[in-house]
Amino acid sequence: MDLELQFFIGQIIVGLTIGSYLALIALGYTMVYGIVELINFAHGDLFAFGFFISLTIFTAINPPRPLDVVGLLTILPLIFVITMLLTGGLNTLIDRVAYKPLRNAPKLAPLLTAVGVSFALEAIYAIWVGANQVPYPNYFPRIDILRQWFGLDTAIQLTTKDLFLFGVTIPLMIGLNFFIERTKIGKAMRASAQDREAAAMMGINVNRIIATTFFIGGALAGAAGLVWGLYINSGRFLMGFEAGLMAFTSAVLGGIGNIRGAVLGAFIIGMIKSMSDFYFEPSWTRVMIFGILILLLVFRPSGILGSTQSIEKI
Amino acid sequence: MGTNPLLKVDSIHAYYGNIHALHGISLHIDEGEIVTLIGSNGAGKTTIIRSISGIMHPREGSILLDGEPIHQVPAHALVSKGISQSPEGRRIFPRLTVLDNLEMGAFHRNDRPGIKADIEMVYGLFPRLKERTKQYAGTLSGGEQQMLAMGRALMARPRLLLLDEPSMGLAPVLVENIFEIIQRINKQGMTVLLVEQNALMALEVANRGYVLQSGRIVLADSAQNLIQNEMVRKVYLGEN
Repeated sequence: MDLELQFFIGQIIVGLTIGSYLALIALGYTMVYGIVELINFAHGDLFAFGFFISLTIFTAINPPRPLDVVGLLTILPLIFVITMLLTGGLNTLIDRVAYKPLRNAPKLAPLLTAVGVSFALEAIYAIWVGANQVPYPNYFPRIDILRQWFGLDTAIQLTTKDLFLFGVTIPLMIGLNFFIERTKIGKAMRASAQDREAAAMMGINVNRIIATTFFIGGALAGAAGLVWGLYINSGRFLMGFEAGLMAFTSAVLGGIGNIRGAVLGAFIIGMIKSMSDFYFEPSWTRVMIFGILILLLVFRPSGILGSTQSIEKI
Repeated sequence: MGTNPLLKVDSIHAYYGNIHALHGISLHIDEGEIVTLIGSNGAGKTTIIRSISGIMHPREGSILLDGEPIHQVPAHALVSKGISQSPEGRRIFPRLTVLDNLEMGAFHRNDRPGIKADIEMVYGLFPRLKERTKQYAGTLSGGEQQMLAMGRALMARPRLLLLDEPSMGLAPVLVENIFEIIQRINKQGMTVLLVEQNALMALEVANRGYVLQSGRIVLADSAQNLIQNEMVRKVYLGEN
């Protein structure tokens, strides 16, 4: 195969990996926006929390590196569950303490509070893990599948880590979609997003639904932090800011409040980032991403799939 | 139950900010009745409904359901106590399907077979909804949305059904249809509080009525007597 083509395919795989972890974060932005019309600027920092807390748990358990089959089937799922519960719980707590008292205040108040929460979390992380780059050990085995398993001589890299990333993120997205479309609580979330007062008239405890939304959004961000840690093996106390910015952009690109839009937006941003990093300059990637965002907002302010006014809103 | 009315509203005062909307409203609804509130725009009809259903709480006075005070109970908790409503402006969930809207009406219930049976019951009352079961509620016509709002309220299996302006914006044929269904569900034992601008229609189906003016009840009587009442005739004929 043509080498250029192999590079291109390789970058598509990179774009998909970036897109899939961004999607998990973007979902939290869009779900929370859908129900309380708040851009939760602290949401990216929950991703970082998932990264640090799972690293802390790994360090405490200190399993073999990489994990053996038993570890992959026991320790890894366990750490996933704990990380998601803790990150979801943290997000619910943040809502309870910082946003809920402002539910009926002008929109700017909770927005600024969210920025404040973000700064507070980042400062806490700086104390917790330090200001330098933090290594995330290689707990997940990395095998170059095409070369080592199939013996192909190719420049395309598809590793077990890529499959792991997709294997975690895609089922979570499908699961969330199922939850929101089919379950009673999911439908109550959509109902509350569409008309909070009418939802209360139906017997739906809207405060509990909002808390659930924050929990799920946080848990997904926590899962993203864990898989990204195992995937990229390095992070920093400010990593949530960077990832949050891209995930937020993804959510707006797809149409804020729109579940499928957030996933689509994340994969588009992932692709742009991957291609721009490779074919232009990594330093130009942000310009590319935000340039496209600005163009989109000028010509289609409600995002690709339509914002909360659209029929696909959560 | 005995001598208690199903619902007793005792001299409630309600406010929107500093605006005094209800000035000591007292009324009662007995089991099995249709009671109607009539009055012009801004008389306080919807405010009474919103107070009974817990969307807003009166500053003074009490509301008793079967003798139990409910005026401080949040709206969502009142549904399982037996109060549901078809609110003013319908307020259906536009981006949920018709079926999902009905399911939301039964949110506090967990008896799957009962919910299924009630969905069929609602579809029996409103066959048009059955044809549109998988459609987003926002795509329904105004009349169909009204049917959905009523059906959704029935899904809670309420003891007291609050209907706020069910005829608003509907073609006369549909209005007849809606009122006929109100009578039908009442005959099956449902207690109804009906708020209407179409006073004549409301009084024709109701047992009793209250006439509201600027947040006060100015007349309370049987529906038959109210229809004959000089003042009521003027009010709903718009001569006032």
